[in-house]
Amino acid sequence: MAEYSRRDFIKGSLVATAAAGAGLSFPNVLRAQDTVKIGVLHSLSGTMAISEVSLRDTVLMAVEEINAKGGVMGKKITPVVVDPASNWDLFAEKAKQLLLQDKVAVVFGCWTSVSRKSVLPVFESNNGLLFYPVQYEGEECSKNVFYTGATPNQQLIPGAEYLMSKEGGGYKKFYLLGTDYVFPRTANKILRAFLVAKGVPADSIAEEYTPFNHQDYQTIVGKIKRFSQGGSACVLSTINGDSNVPFYKEFANQGLRSENAPIMAYSVAEDELRGMDSSALVGHLAAWNYFQSVETANNKKFVQAFKAYAKKQNLPGGDKRVTDDPMEAAYFGVYIWKQAVEKAKSFDVDPVRKAVYGQTFAAPSGTIKMHEYNQHTYRPVLIGEILKDGQFRIVSRTKGLVEPEPWSKYTSPDKGCDWINHQGTYQKKA
Amino acid sequence: MISRLTVLLSLVAWLAAGAASHAAAAPAPSPKVAAALTDLTGDDADKREAAVTVIGQTRDPKWIQFLSALRDGSVYTRARSGKTELVVGGTKATKGDQDVIDIASAYEREPLGTVPLTDLKEVPADRRLRLTIKPFLDADETQAQLADPDPNVRRGAAVKLGNQAVATAAPVVEEALKKESDRWVRHALAEALALIQLANGTPAQRAAAARSLGDLHSESAMPSLQRLAADTAASPAERAAAVMAIRGIERWGLLTRTVETLFQGASLASILLLMALGLAVVFGLMGVINMAHGELMALGAYSTFVVQNWFRAAWPSHFDSYFLVALPVSFLVAAAVGLVLERGVIRFLYGRPLETLLLTWGASLIIQQGLRLWFGAANVDVSSPSWLSGGVPVMVGLTLPYNRVFIIGLATAAVAAMYWLLFRTNAGLRIRAVTQNRAMSSCLGVRAGVVDATTFAFGAGLAGLAGCALTQIGNVGPSLGQNYIVDSFMVVVTGGVGKLAGTILASAGLGGLTKGIEPALGAVFGKVAILVGVILFLQRRPAGLFATRGRNAEA
Repeated sequence: MAEYSRRDFIKGSLVATAAAGAGLSFPNVLRAQDTVKIGVLHSLSGTMAISEVSLRDTVLMAVEEINAKGGVMGKKITPVVVDPASNWDLFAEKAKQLLLQDKVAVVFGCWTSVSRKSVLPVFESNNGLLFYPVQYEGEECSKNVFYTGATPNQQLIPGAEYLMSKEGGGYKKFYLLGTDYVFPRTANKILRAFLVAKGVPADSIAEEYTPFNHQDYQTIVGKIKRFSQGGSACVLSTINGDSNVPFYKEFANQGLRSENAPIMAYSVAEDELRGMDSSALVGHLAAWNYFQSVETANNKKFVQAFKAYAKKQNLPGGDKRVTDDPMEAAYFGVYIWKQAVEKAKSFDVDPVRKAVYGQTFAAPSGTIKMHEYNQHTYRPVLIGEILKDGQFRIVSRTKGLVEPEPWSKYTSPDKGCDWINHQGTYQKKA
Repeated sequence: MISRLTVLLSLVAWLAAGAASHAAAAPAPSPKVAAALTDLTGDDADKREAAVTVIGQTRDPKWIQFLSALRDGSVYTRARSGKTELVVGGTKATKGDQDVIDIASAYEREPLGTVPLTDLKEVPADRRLRLTIKPFLDADETQAQLADPDPNVRRGAAVKLGNQAVATAAPVVEEALKKESDRWVRHALAEALALIQLANGTPAQRAAAARSLGDLHSESAMPSLQRLAADTAASPAERAAAVMAIRGIERWGLLTRTVETLFQGASLASILLLMALGLAVVFGLMGVINMAHGELMALGAYSTFVVQNWFRAAWPSHFDSYFLVALPVSFLVAAAVGLVLERGVIRFLYGRPLETLLLTWGASLIIQQGLRLWFGAANVDVSSPSWLSGGVPVMVGLTLPYNRVFIIGLATAAVAAMYWLLFRTNAGLRIRAVTQNRAMSSCLGVRAGVVDATTFAFGAGLAGLAGCALTQIGNVGPSLGQNYIVDSFMVVVTGGVGKLAGTILASAGLGGLTKGIEPALGAVFGKVAILVGVILFLQRRPAGLFATRGRNAEA
């Protein structure tokens, strides 16, 4: 055998190193091609954690389901979960990090309107894509956001309409009560315009706001009591979070009952009821696009899957966890994105966005449809009555899907939102 | 179909049996009613509604009672030897790990024993069904309710009859008025009678009714009185009576509103006082800025939650008394944590307010996060015992909620106990001595360390007590403390550090002022106005209402 020269040795080892290097890097390349990153931008600490943690859980569950069935276009989804800590500035920073550093294909996130407004410029200047799952006050139409929650006409108006109807009790006086920030203010502006348009006289409408975390509802309940003297008065409540418990308690303690003066809540869902002594709330109403008690096969599967997921992941609450409207919206948002990617055969934002338009999905609440041009979602509207166990009994449901109106026809009749024939918000011709 | 048939058959058979055994009392239901009962257990909303109408139209008081049970969600079906039977549920209880319920037959209300809740299926009464049921109950049951043993029920029935103002109800109301002895029910009955006469009577009757409504201070008569006063077709006598009545009612309304505002102010003041009392002891007497005060309140609230769950599991029959146990428990838990805090760390930092501030703030974060880890980030539910739910009517148009009355009482008791402790006992003497001059009292043999520890623990315990009381009006969550700490400091600082009387006066003033301006300004601007007021006040008097003067004042 010939002796090995030093050069041969070096050559050989170089080849070996290269091969080893290639061998090592090969799976990396493969992995990079086999996965796609998505961002999850929900507060996991701070005041909003109570609500937003459940949305993160739902998104991750949807991702797990999709991955178990082979992923999106053959790629597994890798979620990048960040914590903006209920801090509106941090939302923008984290969004930037997700888009520029992690280069995620899409982001699922935000709850409060202020957090959405804070990340909006980031998504618009970097052409990102955000799925926003919570009902909101409308008056927005960004091509970089898909709004899977309700617009005002998909929640506020049907709730008031129900109370005015014979079936709902034919109420004639309305007390608009809310926490003092953008959603209740805009919501009540729209509700007032709607009620006035329906011929309710101005002195039959009262409006009142309380600060966040307000605890002392004595004065307000006293006012409502006087307002409801003689009957046929109801309360339309956009009170958020914590303040609901003292409000409902005071309401019951001062002798007001849901038969005489029902409260229609727009911000109380199953997840919030978990932490409340719901005995004072029984019989009052809420308007949403989904309730855990919806009786569809898809919903049964969804509720069971979520409870099982919560148990498996050892999430606090385990299989006692409940599902609610924003969670459903977060859940089907992931699937809508998956379907759009598969239709567009691309992960790029622009083709995916075009593919989302008109996309349908058999969601837990029934088949929903993405709007053809205004970034929002066609959804059914349900009215539920609060039960002893913190669940809702559905008492009314719209026949079909309700078309989303980002600009309410009661407050902004001249505006529309269209990304196909116009550039977003446009002035309607008179 | 088969199941329907079985239900029907079983119902008929069972009711027939019932009729046989109580032949005199209960006629068997007509086939129409039996069919309606079957429909009621089905899913078809229209049929269910029709069924209620059929049952209601029997005008049989027992079926009306059945509808009332249905409305309250206590009608169930149960499968029994292959048949479905309708039963009415009574009191629920927990036996072992099972929820059980007393049941009775649907029509005769014969007790059928106690069965596990899982064997029963609730017959749901949704809003639509309840609205269908309502007129039947209103028509028949309301009049029947006038003879109910519970005065609240009688009163509610009278109010309902008054709002309906149907002429045929007048003799029934008159009859009931003759027999009634309860003051509030009598009032409601008289009001109902006048309302009925105002709506249906002759002009002379209407004038008399208007006068008596004025005497009764009936605020619910205002709309109809205003209509009468503006009615040009009515006689001058009627209109004059209506105008007089309106004036009287308006004056009375002003009075109730004033009393109501005073009570609300007192209620808010008592809550502020309870929250600030512990802080006043720790901050005022010891000079420790205790940022963990709010978290000590949260500990008290969570103790109440734990005690509640404990009672629910072990003594469900004594559930209502859990709160009486929770009061001392929450005091002790918070006091124990306060003691550990003081002995563990704070005692090394006396006289260094900034360091104690940082340290107690750190402690507050640790406690908060601990609660979050142990109980979860979501709020927990604390139910009110039945004796703290609802309210007591004290004058026409004014109901005082029991929970608020209780808290006013608790705050008063706490203040009294504290004064007694500080000014009537040896321990209090030592505390005051250490507060005034630590070195001198040590020289005289007062063990300052022990006094510090007990004072701090006492302050912490008061915070726990406040937390326990707060569960009856607010939320219980890990961030409970943060919601209240600002108000507590505001009260103590406004009152003047080191003076209990200042704390009491400041909470009364802030509470009263808040409730006084809230009706005019609304909750948001009311709060802003109060904060601005406090800032301006402290600009004028930086030491608060009661400044510590003379030799005791620290430089």
